[in-house]
Amino acid sequence: MVFRTTNPLSQQKRYTMKKIFLSLIVVTNYAIAQSQILMTKNATISFHSHTFLENIDAVNNNVMAVIDGAKKNIAFSLLMKQFDFPRKLMQTHFNENYVESDKYPKATFSGSYTENADLTKDGSYTLNVSGKLTIHGVTKQVQIPATLNVKSGSVTGTTTFKLNPADYNIDIPFIVRDKIEKENTVKVKAEWIQKY
Amino acid sequence: MDSKILSMRLVLPLLLLMAVKPCFSQDSLLSMLEDSAKYGGTTFPVKGTFKAIHIVNAQTVESPAKHDLNFIIMHRFGKLNDGAYNFFGLDNASIRLGLDYGITDRLGVGIGRSSLEKTFDGYLKYRLVDQTDGQKKFPVTISVLGALNHMTLRLDTFVSAKNKTTYVTQALIARKFSSALSLQVSPTFIHFNRYPATRTSEDIFATMVGGRLKFTKRMAVTAEYHYIPSGKRDDLNIKNSLSLGFDIETGGHVFQLVFTNSGGMIESQYIGKTTGTWGDGDIFFGFNITRNFSLGKDKKKKEW
Repeated sequence: MVFRTTNPLSQQKRYTMKKIFLSLIVVTNYAIAQSQILMTKNATISFHSHTFLENIDAVNNNVMAVIDGAKKNIAFSLLMKQFDFPRKLMQTHFNENYVESDKYPKATFSGSYTENADLTKDGSYTLNVSGKLTIHGVTKQVQIPATLNVKSGSVTGTTTFKLNPADYNIDIPFIVRDKIEKENTVKVKAEWIQKY
Repeated sequence: MDSKILSMRLVLPLLLLMAVKPCFSQDSLLSMLEDSAKYGGTTFPVKGTFKAIHIVNAQTVESPAKHDLNFIIMHRFGKLNDGAYNFFGLDNASIRLGLDYGITDRLGVGIGRSSLEKTFDGYLKYRLVDQTDGQKKFPVTISVLGALNHMTLRLDTFVSAKNKTTYVTQALIARKFSSALSLQVSPTFIHFNRYPATRTSEDIFATMVGGRLKFTKRMAVTAEYHYIPSGKRDDLNIKNSLSLGFDIETGGHVFQLVFTNSGGMIESQYIGKTTGTWGDGDIFFGFNITRNFSLGKDKKKKEW
């Protein structure tokens, strides 16, 4: 009852408006589909330090990764505590003594690339990703080459780079210095599934 | 028709709102991750409440990780008030050698041999609940311990093997307040089949309060106090045990300097047979050395 008195539009007009609104929604949603933002919660980052005395291999399979193909941006975020070590004592030491996970729970990367990569078409691309890497509360500007493979709706990004814990104020005591490589190898793999 | 108009009026602006998503810049891509990280919500068990299996003498909630073996050497010199003739206790020494093994991450088993009264000991420890952090929080870690101490010292009078055995049941409740501070409370029940002084079976109920305070990443002070109700304490003519430790951790080793008024290093001895007090100078100096070995094969290496 109330509506009839406050709504002066005729029924015909109402239907026209409805059509306009609906087409607006369709258009904007289509634009978003074109923006190519892909996200995964199961990217993998592992790091490796192999010395004569001790091998360290830790894997985190719960890395969050997002790529925006239109804007050519890419970002990663992980929880340090989710790094899994074969030796649990090592894992405890990693969290407590080295990266101080209670104080600095996350490591993040946020960067961009300039190369052209169409995430909707099959192909392989080499990207030069540059951006900010934050570990242990320290942010550094880094430049990392990466490859991007697009195959039947799945986008896979991989890279391997060296990382020096000292750059991120991660203190390695003198007594174990021979057991840990000065430069750790970091491997990254993210697989995004394209939704159509 | 009215209700249709109503629904249109409500739904259309909502749909529009949904359609107009914010544009993501480089940093808001990251904040998009942060947001979904928050909603994803993970729960973590709190690890490393204590560095070692023992605070000083008392057991902690910790066991070795699965397939890890800990070798421990516990060593106590004699009493400080033994005087200059005994070089203030350093002429005498008693020792406990122990092995602790993680059957699973929660179930630990240990055996030991003390030179004091030539005693064997064995225990099983199970971690019931983990302290957790994150989405679901639980305040404490709870473990239960069952131990058996068997003395093999030949006595002047014949005492059957059964009567040289002591049973220990303990609940261990600990909380890691911060990476520096952990505290533990352990109500303990000890049953002696035969208590040497009274020559009858005895039950002792004691409560341990102890903790660790880290002052650097690898150094800590530890303390433990075992309280026995005064009635029982007077009956058996024993004292409460107070121990202080100074921990230094280097990789797989934990080295601990110890000051205590108990000569023994197993429950039946440090709870049940402590006779001296700190005030009288009945102070034993000693050390614990723990070495961790990973026996389990490294998990099949994943390339990624």
